[in-house]
Amino acid sequence: MVVKVYGPIQAACPQRVLACLFEFGVDFELITVDLDSNEHKQPDFLQKQPFGQVPVVEDGEFRLFESRAIIRYYATKYGDKNRNLYGTTLEEKALVDQWLEVEAHHFNDMVYTIVLQKLVIPKMGGRTDFDLVHNCEKKLEQVFDIYEQRLSKNNYLAGNWFTLADLSHLPGIRYLMNECELGHLVRDRKKVNLWWDDISNRPAWKKVMQMFNGQG
Amino acid sequence: MSLATHLFLPASSSIPCLVKTRVLFSSAMALKVHGTVGSPATFRALAALHEKDLDFEFIPVNLSAKEHKSPQFLAHKNPFGQVPVFEHGDLKLFESRAITKYVAEAFADKGTSLIHKDPKKSAIQTVWTEVEAQKFDPTVAKLGWEIVLKPKFGMTTDEAVVAEFEKKLEPLLDVYEKRLTESKYLGGDSFTLADLHHLPTLQGIMGTKVKSQFDARPHVSAWASDILSRPAWVKVASMLTK
Repeated sequence: MVVKVYGPIQAACPQRVLACLFEFGVDFELITVDLDSNEHKQPDFLQKQPFGQVPVVEDGEFRLFESRAIIRYYATKYGDKNRNLYGTTLEEKALVDQWLEVEAHHFNDMVYTIVLQKLVIPKMGGRTDFDLVHNCEKKLEQVFDIYEQRLSKNNYLAGNWFTLADLSHLPGIRYLMNECELGHLVRDRKKVNLWWDDISNRPAWKKVMQMFNGQG
Repeated sequence: MSLATHLFLPASSSIPCLVKTRVLFSSAMALKVHGTVGSPATFRALAALHEKDLDFEFIPVNLSAKEHKSPQFLAHKNPFGQVPVFEHGDLKLFESRAITKYVAEAFADKGTSLIHKDPKKSAIQTVWTEVEAQKFDPTVAKLGWEIVLKPKFGMTTDEAVVAEFEKKLEPLLDVYEKRLTESKYLGGDSFTLADLHHLPTLQGIMGTKVKSQFDARPHVSAWASDILSRPAWVKVASMLTK
């Protein structure tokens, strides 16, 4: 049975899930949710996701939301295909979880705010708070400095293999490099730059980007 | 400081730590927690360790002396300069929710089971763990900062922010109420990390007027009372009065 993923391809959290599904070769169907028309806040959708957010995954009768819960589920389910994605020992898994928490709390909060301020609010007719954007950018500089140090000792965030912790960054960094015009955060740091080039050239992510660019 | 005040201390706070006595739970085991009494993230980790009946050494980190920002701490413990930091033999972890998860899995057969083993049940538990981390904690911690901490440090509560975040909390707790009519605990039919992670900020907010939002929802209210009265949590919370 094909896994259904509800959400627009342009949104970061569905992209996170799709990257994971592509990594494991899981067949899925993307069912677009039109955020602009508030489809995600309608009663039908709220039945699927009570907070009115994307993505939602339906795997037969089984339904999940929260992208980082979804990727952990599939990485565990298909662990035999690529156990490195979520570690091969409890200790490795703990490090993946640690860096997933870092992505969620230190990295994502900043990126989310920048995207909201620079892209979403103007689209809705509001004004960007440039002071807030600048503060977030400064905090991201510190986060990327830590990543630079970490990646000087390890090829990837959680160790020497690509894991969910790296994967989880893909959508956010893509936003920073493109629409947010903050690519210098990555390009100015040697190891981060190498890491980004590596992870963003993975076949699974390229497939997500093909869909994003309307080619898939 | 009151219990409520302590429980809103952020992980990287420079607020003076009033507990000067070094608390040593055990010198024998290879489990260590570097943390600060009153830090919600530290208490989150300790709650898990106590639920598992594990002996560990608690090593206080002096936030007021900015120990957590020292080059030594940043280089060898947590580059983000926050507590807690957990050690188990050679493994060193930061991020409280990664620590609790490791403890729950590494010691799965000891003490309270804090995780579901069935993959689908485990996934549902993880969903609600994410809800706590992404939605509950930011909202409630913000309220705690405004209502509890700012006045204590001579700052003025921003009532507009309080109103804004109280308004955000209402629909969140509505979702919790519905969830808890369908499921005894957030993560499923038994107490798990999905519930435990709420404890530090939940305890703190229940000492404020925001408690009325929880009281107004019978299932949320019952759930909150239930988890806050767990012996392991009571043990952690009692560190504030020692």
